[in-house]
Amino acid sequence: MSLRSPLGRVLGLGSAKSGSSHWYGQRVSAVALTLLGAWFAVSLATLGSFEHARVVGWLSSPLQSVLAALLVITAAWHAALGLQVVVEDYVAAKGTRVVVLLAIRFALIVAAVTGVLAVLRIAFGVAA
Amino acid sequence: MAQRDRPLSPFLHYRWQYTNTLSILHRITGVLLGAGFFLLVYWLAAVAAGAERHAEAVARLGSPSFQVVLFGILLSFCYHLLNGVRHLFFDAGVGFERATAKASGRAVAIAAVILGVVLWFVLGASLGGAA
Repeated sequence: MSLRSPLGRVLGLGSAKSGSSHWYGQRVSAVALTLLGAWFAVSLATLGSFEHARVVGWLSSPLQSVLAALLVITAAWHAALGLQVVVEDYVAAKGTRVVVLLAIRFALIVAAVTGVLAVLRIAFGVAA
Repeated sequence: MAQRDRPLSPFLHYRWQYTNTLSILHRITGVLLGAGFFLLVYWLAAVAAGAERHAEAVARLGSPSFQVVLFGILLSFCYHLLNGVRHLFFDAGVGFERATAKASGRAVAIAAVILGVVLWFVLGASLGGAA
């Protein structure tokens, strides 16, 4: 006989109160990043030169800018989940841990927004 | 006498073996890629900021110290990607047999180094040498 309440069993969130969403998100973003990472590596390798006009020409096509934005968002998401596990495993002091986790999360969100905005500016041709 | 047979904490008697190395490498390369993500954003922001700022950024990233960092990040990228796929197979319950896991681990490590070095030279060629 289980001592868990029927509601608790239905919600399936366990003692961490977040269920398997962290584990699952790490895998979903990993699968996406295998594709986006391969796209990015091949794109850079076949770019030919890192001249500004060339990079802009590549990144301003609709498909490429969508993929670039997705790469930034997915990489930030995957990094947030992964770094969280590393910090939780190695930073024992609770106060420090909370501060470090918040700092990492804030930094990644700022970087992700900056990256997406940069991709949009390139796509819409604001850059001269 | 009975004391001898008492179980120890895993932490006290685990032998160091290839699995530990591959696993900790996955974490280290993951953390390095986290740093690489900020460099990616820096580069994208420089592209968006115009030709002049982009030229500055490319020159900065082309400096010897940054080249070492970028090479490390490229190797991390290759290893983390390949070993990540290996872990996705593990998650699906495939490849757990001792011999298989060992062989795939070795393959992933070797392939990562080869892929990293090849990509480095391809990218270096498209950069046009210096920058």
